[in-house]
Order: sequence, then C-alpha cells, then structure tokens
Amino acid sequence: MEEGRRLRRRRKGLLSRLIRSLFFRKATARIGIYGPPNAGKTTLANRIVHTFVDEHEDIGIVSQVPHETRRTMMREGILIDLKAKLQLNPYPTENPHPPSNPYPKAREARAKLKIDIVDTPGLATKIDFHDFLAYGLDEAEAKKRAKEATEGVIEAIKWLDDVDGVLLLMDATEDPYTQTNIVIIGNLEARGIPVLIAANKIDLTDAAPQRIIDAFPQHTVIPISALKGEHMEELYEEMARKFR
Amino acid sequence: MDLISEDKISAMTSLEKLRFVLDGVKAGNIVILEGGLTSEEQMKLIELTMSEVNDDFPGIEIGGYPTRKGFLNLKRKTRLTVIGPANMMRTIRKDRDLISAIVSAI
Repeated sequence: MEEGRRLRRRRKGLLSRLIRSLFFRKATARIGIYGPPNAGKTTLANRIVHTFVDEHEDIGIVSQVPHETRRTMMREGILIDLKAKLQLNPYPTENPHPPSNPYPKAREARAKLKIDIVDTPGLATKIDFHDFLAYGLDEAEAKKRAKEATEGVIEAIKWLDDVDGVLLLMDATEDPYTQTNIVIIGNLEARGIPVLIAANKIDLTDAAPQRIIDAFPQHTVIPISALKGEHMEELYEEMARKFR
Repeated sequence: MDLISEDKISAMTSLEKLRFVLDGVKAGNIVILEGGLTSEEQMKLIELTMSEVNDDFPGIEIGGYPTRKGFLNLKRKTRLTVIGPANMMRTIRKDRDLISAIVSAI
C-alpha cells in the first residue's frame, strides 16, 4: 500500500517534470550546490559569481572548519555566458600549466544559461561538537556551531523541493562511495532532478577523480578545481547542456 | 544488535519505520534492516536525526547497498541497511556489495 503510493508519487513527479521541461521551460534554472561538508561548495559558488557577476562579490565565507556554511545562501540571476566571457579573456584559468585537454575556444563555446545559485550547508549523518574543538573553538562555540550545522542540514534537505537541478560536489581526494553521496543521488534520481557531479580539488596531488567516475558511472562527472579555476569551462558547458 | 525482518518493517508506514529505527539507535543498538530503506527514507532519517542531535547523541552512521533498479527506474528494490549510533559505529570500507564496519562500546 505504502509502496504503491510512493510509486504513484514518483511517477507523477517524473511526469510533471517531463511536461515542464518540454513545454514550460523556466527562463532561470535554480541550481542547488550539494555535497558533504568541506567539499568546496561555497568556493565553487563564489567562483561562479566572481566569473559571471562581480569578482569582489562572495556568496559565503570559506574556511577549513567543517560546516562553515550553516544557512542556505542564494544568489539570483547569474547569466553564465561562456562565449562572451572567453572573448573578453581567452585564458581564464589561473593554472600556469594548462591541462592536456584544451579549453573550448570562444567561437566554439556555447554555454549560455541563466541560473539562481543555491549554496547549501554540507549534508552529514552526524555532527559531533567535539570535532570542532580540534579547530580551536571553545566548547560553547563548538556546541553552537554543531546546533546550527544540524539546522543547516535540515534546511538543505528541504531545499531539494525547490531546485531545478543539482551540482553535486565531491572531494576528489576522499572516498566517494559514502552513504551520504549515495542517498543524495538516490533522492535526485527518484525525484527526476537533473544532477551533474563535479569532482573537486583536482589541484591536490592525492586527488583521484577517476574513483568518482567509477563509483557513479550512470552520471556525468567533471573533474574541476573550484579554487584554482581548472576545467571550469567544461563544467559550464555541461551545466548548460544539463540544466537548460 | 537488532536484526529486523522485512515482514516486520513492511507492515509499518515510512514514519513508523524511521521512528522505530531512530529509537533503537538512540538506545545504543545497531539496527539491521532486512530489505533496507529507500533513499527517500534514508534522507528523511537524516533529517529526523539532525532534529534530535544533542551533546550525547551526535547522530548516526548508516550503510546500505544501493537499490536495484527495475523497469524505467520506476520499481526499485531496496536491500539491507545498517544503522548505528555515530559514537559507536564507523564504516571502514564500503562498495556495492560489501560493508565493513567497526563497532565499539562507548
């Protein structure tokens, strides 16, 4: 009975999304950046805003302490226009050693997409205030941070009802086959929400993006460094294809 | 450790199932569900857990095998799910068909 209701709900969700995408395409896609804590979600959100809006505008604060982002932050009306961007600056990467896979030339770049970016708190199944003590926080601060982080996780989950697509960020130096990643992907598949996986932190020597590609073969995985700006053009091209 | 049969779980609604699991885990038990939870139920369990995290209960450790997908991804078969208190259980290794975990007394 319960299973039947769930199946009908999922069918209805998939069908309404299909009809919407065919006939009622939104001018602006609301894209949620999801992932575990410290995957680089806010770094990526800031990178997108710096590239296409204002290089001095930040969506959120970045730090080494997990759960730095504890409230969902949204930046509306970002026009990702890669062609215009590459005409202004044909070498946008900060990497002094360009990767073997060349970036698209301005005349070839087609990525154009208007989005609202939703930077969400990191998803986790446990938040222990003791973990924050190791970062120099006193006990009261650590408990406050832990409490806010739990509220952030709940808020991030609720936002899944209001996004049109998800950029799922994973740390390429970590094992990607975690239950949190599996649960997020399972939910997105069940809801019919388009998802693009970004394997972040490829600038680090122990990064292994191939592990992520192998773990989730049914999804597109783009290796990037949000911090250094590596392979961002490929990510924008894929976003335009996936979320338009 | 509680090993729960699929028959017992299938007679419960989603909310009853999650409450049953979380109450067991908060009591210090490792709960193993034959038949497992769907990814939607697991997400709801994370949400419910976060609302109950406190100084003594930091949350849960959860491990499960991915669901088997059916025709057009509409009918999916869940598999075994293991849930335990985060301060007692830690997943060491996990892939599609194997979960290794360490369980310790507090």
